[in-house]
Amino acid sequence: MLEAKHISKQFSGIHALTDVNLQLHPGKVNAIIGENGAGKSTLMKIFSGVHTHYEGEIWLHGKKVQFHNTREAEHAGIAIIHQELNLVPHMSVMENIFLGRELVNGFGMLHRKKMLELTKALLDRVSLPISPDAPIATLKVGQQQLVEIAKALYSNAEVIIMDEPTSAISDKEVEVLFSIINQLKAEGKTIAYISHKLNELFTIADRYIILRDGHSVDAGEMKAVTQDELIQKMTGRQLGFQKTGCSDAHRTVLMNVKQLSMRHPMLRFTQQLSNISFDLHKGEILGVYGLMGAGRTELMEAIFGLHPKNAKGEISINGKSVPMRSPADAVAAGIALVPEDRKLHGLVLNQTIKSNISITVLKQLEDWGLLLSNKKEKALSKNYIHQLGIKTSTDTATAKSLSGGNQQKIVLAKWLATHPKVLLLDEPTRGIDINAKAEIYKLMKLLAAEGMGIIMVSSELPEILAVSDRVLVMCEGHLTATICIEEATEAGILKYALHKNEILA
Amino acid sequence: MSQSLTIQQVPFKKLQSLIALLLLCIVLSLLTDKFFTGDNGLNVLRQVAVNICIATGMTLIVLTGGIDLSVGSVLALCGAVTAGFFKFGLSFASADLFVGFTVVGAIVVGLALGGLLGWFNGFTVTKFNVPPFVATLAMLTIARGFTMLYTKGHPISNLGKDFAQIGAGSFIGIPVPVWLAIVVVLLAVFITEKTKLGRYIYAIGGNEQAAKLSGINIVKVKMTVYAMAGALAALGGIIVTARLDSAQPNAGISYELDAIAAVVIGGASLSGGKGSIWGTVMGAIIIGVLNNGLVLLNVSPFWQQVVKGGVILLAVIIDKLGEKKE
Repeated sequence: MLEAKHISKQFSGIHALTDVNLQLHPGKVNAIIGENGAGKSTLMKIFSGVHTHYEGEIWLHGKKVQFHNTREAEHAGIAIIHQELNLVPHMSVMENIFLGRELVNGFGMLHRKKMLELTKALLDRVSLPISPDAPIATLKVGQQQLVEIAKALYSNAEVIIMDEPTSAISDKEVEVLFSIINQLKAEGKTIAYISHKLNELFTIADRYIILRDGHSVDAGEMKAVTQDELIQKMTGRQLGFQKTGCSDAHRTVLMNVKQLSMRHPMLRFTQQLSNISFDLHKGEILGVYGLMGAGRTELMEAIFGLHPKNAKGEISINGKSVPMRSPADAVAAGIALVPEDRKLHGLVLNQTIKSNISITVLKQLEDWGLLLSNKKEKALSKNYIHQLGIKTSTDTATAKSLSGGNQQKIVLAKWLATHPKVLLLDEPTRGIDINAKAEIYKLMKLLAAEGMGIIMVSSELPEILAVSDRVLVMCEGHLTATICIEEATEAGILKYALHKNEILA
Repeated sequence: MSQSLTIQQVPFKKLQSLIALLLLCIVLSLLTDKFFTGDNGLNVLRQVAVNICIATGMTLIVLTGGIDLSVGSVLALCGAVTAGFFKFGLSFASADLFVGFTVVGAIVVGLALGGLLGWFNGFTVTKFNVPPFVATLAMLTIARGFTMLYTKGHPISNLGKDFAQIGAGSFIGIPVPVWLAIVVVLLAVFITEKTKLGRYIYAIGGNEQAAKLSGINIVKVKMTVYAMAGALAALGGIIVTARLDSAQPNAGISYELDAIAAVVIGGASLSGGKGSIWGTVMGAIIIGVLNNGLVLLNVSPFWQQVVKGGVILLAVIIDKLGEKKE
């Protein structure tokens, strides 16, 4: 049993955790739930010895412990599997598992044979049929996750903390992960499981612990609650959606995409997109669904002019042809793209909120066509901070310092500032908390009502169903179905996402 | 206004280097009475003027996440070409045509050539994805080779009084090179802090992908920046040539290292997105004062190098420690 008693933690005066009390039960999957910024990560970092200064006590198996570094936590039997995996890509599975704790023989040389045996045994335990010598870089993300788990198993961890373990893996890999978690559970290990995906928690978790604004709010058995109740506990309010539907949308064509095809940049004979044609109407939210590799992101990127060499086809907005040469052209034509990975592609993290928002429209902020007007820039950022409810005390805070939801709002703000006609959103709510999600949905509805055309790529079916007026379904680079929201069901959409050939035949 | 600068954390960084500089000056004043005199001050400034010009261009490139190793050679070639055009003009034997150049005309040619060479650096970096280190390393050799070809290995000297004024003259008691450096710095500060281009430079260095996806024309910005750095190296070459009244074929060797040192001491990050022109100016002056002080103290030139290297390390370490605290 791992216990936190009266844990408080401050970062430069701001309370990240306040008097947190919780217990992680052995032989159980303990779901730790809370919005971004609720303090989950901070707490996990305290458990695993990353943060060493805090108030309060940690008790492990009835004894008070205090870790000075991650190694000490590891020795005590606490392992953490981070959301971003900590593996060395060019080293083998075995080398990674034994990194920093290599076995040596009497001569001080690496004891390869023994490590190989142990690795094989560990890989068996996580049902991963790969060679111990396979370089990590050749594995899929899901497989890498399992290697991380194998690593945790080798350290004989009693407590295994998993931070968003399913955020980057396929449904099938999720199944494998869950069976391993169940096995670990049966062995009496304590699992702490952090996830935003509530559906998933109802499958795998036994207990829930809710953090809100750095406080431990509630805990109990998963069986005893419903999803709505959990959401209510997390946020203090309920989530409701309104559907507009196909028929209600204005039927003026805003953007027309005709025969869009795209070659794979490396594999010459593979098409990443094949002959995709569709219309986007004014005021419409068009959901795009597909499984991994369906070409959803590629479709957005092609429209946004990111693949000038490989993409072929025609795009027009209000009847005017749009060149697919560069993002600059796309922006000029009134297209905006909120990319899937906001940290990698959306923001300049170490710059201020203000300059991240203004970057797309600096030309409009100039005095005499030369001098950037600080006043105009401030007014712009103030406007969007207010309009989108970005939580920050100042517009000169760095983008890095904000939570995922607020970062996403900055990316939205910088594009709304360009007053786009067509807004492309690639996984707009990935990794952000429920409150921020609801706010983004509301904003999308509002923008659509004002006449903007929105295309939203999402890999979460409930989201697609909740927000879209119409759904495009993709499979392996083909557009396999266009479904009115009134007729759309999870099962129906999934069918088209899975079987390209049936539809085409 | 100062608030708008916090992106680059200029106030703090500026203060940090300024304090270091003041401390250095105080220590040197105590150690030798030759240091704290007006003449010596002007002397130091005249010496650092060239490095300030080059390092300013280098800062712009470093802010985008690049580097320019070719500045020393570009400086030599442009200095030589300016001197050559001024002294000999251009003659086309076949057309029986001779074109002479005034001082200003020759300088324009020199600056344009520097801009062109820099532009070519930017061209190879952006169009062919050659890493800046490699592209400018190649230019370092190419420009040096052309310098040798153009001068046939001999200095071009005796350029006359007018030309020498650029290096030796002064205006209201302040040497012309220092005036030139001041203008360069003010322009660069204006560009980095007050214009769109400046923002784009920081954005590209901070996150090139995000900048590209924001509709910024990365190729254009980078080429502009490399061209500016080339022109500034050329300006340095013209100043050096004028000061010696002679264009030396081996001028500017290893100047890129002093420029990079100034940029780094000034708090810029070589991975881009962080740094400032003011910081670089402080860095350049610190190096200049250090050189000057060590000479006045009769420290052996060998030790001078050791000390300079130590200061660079120290500056970066202090910077890193500061980052951790943040």
